[in-house]
Amino acid sequence: MRRYFGRKLLIYLVTFFLAVTIDWMIPRFMPGNPVQNMLARASVRPEAAEAMYGYYTKAFGLDVPVWKQYLNFWVALFHGDLGTSVYLFPQPVSKVLRESIPYDIFLLLPAILLSWWAGNKFGAFAARTKRLDNTLLPIGYILTATPYMWLGILLAWAFGVVFDIFPIAGAYSFSMQPHWSWAFVWDVLKHWFLPFASLFLVGFGGWAIGMRNMIIYELEADYSHYMEALGAPRKLVRKYAFRNAILPQVTGLALQLGVIVAGALVTEVVFSYPGIGYLLLAAIQNQDYFLIQGCFLFIITGVLLANFLIDIVYVIVDPRIRRGMVGE
Amino acid sequence: MSLRVEDLTVYYQTLRGDVRALESASFAMADGEIMGLAGESGCGKTTLSTSLILLVPPMKQMGGRVLLDDDELPISDVEAMNAYRFKEVSVIPQYAMNAMNPTRKIGRMASELLKSRGVDPKKALPELERRLDLVELNRKVLKMYPIELSGGMKQRMVMVLSTLMNPSLLLADEITSALDVSTQKAVARMLVEFRDREIVKSVIVITHDMSILYQIADTILIMYAGQLAEKASTKTIIHAPRHPYTKLLISSLPKVGAHHDESRLVGIPGKPPLLLDPPEGCRFRERCPEAHEACVKVPPFIEIELGHQVACWKVGGPHA
Repeated sequence: MRRYFGRKLLIYLVTFFLAVTIDWMIPRFMPGNPVQNMLARASVRPEAAEAMYGYYTKAFGLDVPVWKQYLNFWVALFHGDLGTSVYLFPQPVSKVLRESIPYDIFLLLPAILLSWWAGNKFGAFAARTKRLDNTLLPIGYILTATPYMWLGILLAWAFGVVFDIFPIAGAYSFSMQPHWSWAFVWDVLKHWFLPFASLFLVGFGGWAIGMRNMIIYELEADYSHYMEALGAPRKLVRKYAFRNAILPQVTGLALQLGVIVAGALVTEVVFSYPGIGYLLLAAIQNQDYFLIQGCFLFIITGVLLANFLIDIVYVIVDPRIRRGMVGE
Repeated sequence: MSLRVEDLTVYYQTLRGDVRALESASFAMADGEIMGLAGESGCGKTTLSTSLILLVPPMKQMGGRVLLDDDELPISDVEAMNAYRFKEVSVIPQYAMNAMNPTRKIGRMASELLKSRGVDPKKALPELERRLDLVELNRKVLKMYPIELSGGMKQRMVMVLSTLMNPSLLLADEITSALDVSTQKAVARMLVEFRDREIVKSVIVITHDMSILYQIADTILIMYAGQLAEKASTKTIIHAPRHPYTKLLISSLPKVGAHHDESRLVGIPGKPPLLLDPPEGCRFRERCPEAHEACVKVPPFIEIELGHQVACWKVGGPHA
């Protein structure tokens, strides 16, 4: 057991190191210069610009050789310092992220977990129920093949523009300030619903299809037939099949996480939802090295942590994995 | 009479038509009888045994009936049959190696199964442990997952599980096929032990291994291409078979003490017919050395002497 987790942990650490390195490299390979961008926006006089350019380049630590920048980056990271945002100067990146991350968690966690749970339950329920099966299958395939942002745009158009039920931009109304009141909570929920629904529906379709296929496979497995031959009620046979069919779905969840995070990025852009995705788009447009790094760092950490959690869950639910670990 | 099967006909319904896997089978078994069911692959052995416990599509009962202890089994009614499964009729399936849920501890699976059949697992536990002792399995297996058991252990475990409710009829489908010879013998002996202790009343043992049947079966039923060929006591089938197919089948087995470097073992020339569109009459007639014009009609499965039934125009009856 310890060896298994030790090895897993090592793999995750290496992955983290490589991912963060790439994360550091990519913004720096983009053409252009963030400080010049910033000064261009401020439109200062040319002679002042020269002095300011030197000052800011130094302030952002961009005046030293690239390899030293890389080392400085790791040192700062271990001190919890993610640098200062160029785009939102002089706010530190960690503060900017802290303001966005709650929105992301609020949107992503329910969308991922609820679509997984509901999709699996519904898929298992629909399998071998003729009429449901015939309708579920095509709908599920269409949903899961739909790009997140396209579904988002459709939903925004239908429920935001045509029926005018839900607002289509922001996390709360522009006329409101965040505070604790029922009116505000209701407003936040209304703004949350459409981006949530577009993430949820795409996920739901995929999980339902996957579960339906898996459970049919499990119901045809030898142990299911044995239970039937011994007169076990349909409920018990289905319970066993579900428990075994869920295992690949757990793996699927781990694999899907990265995709969902990416899907959330574009969904947030569609709905101007102030999460990491929306922030990242702004950061890239402004060549904000440090904000880009910060956003990706959050995504990398999130995906790795989720995968590690799922490794643990797998050990708990599948005795065959536990046995494999003894044999190592 | 423990089991009486009358004119049982079961087809597999496929898109290309009915596969006529079991054609009006009639036979009876006495209390305490271990009947071997033998024949080549695809002759309907498993169809016969499966239709006695789990007759589900694409299988379809086309006629006939089954009586167990003078009670008609509703074999075609999946729901109604549940009352008889496990309690009256039970099975050790062909796939015993994979018969247990891989993600449940065996003990837990057993108690969930018992509970679903209205038995208090706690009360059944002492008996379960006694049975484990009987098949020489450590009681610790109840705390293990199926993957932690060897093939022979799984086979014995399924044997214990299947017979836990003392069924009247036990169907043992190819229970020795995946085992090595010494384990085969042990498992076969346990089956006899189960019968002797009256845990099960009668047993149908399906196999193509005649040597196992010779050791444990009281009677043997030979099938060919979905039709019953001959049923008699083991001794009669081995030493004095009457049906041409049985004769050829027995003579193609190696004999103890015979030297096959001088006389090669002979098989039966030809192949069994496809059951999708089988020939009329006796289905063995194309390969039968004794076939004649009467064979285009199906021969009746008649008793030529006490406890010896044969389906062949050449044997018994008024022509004999």
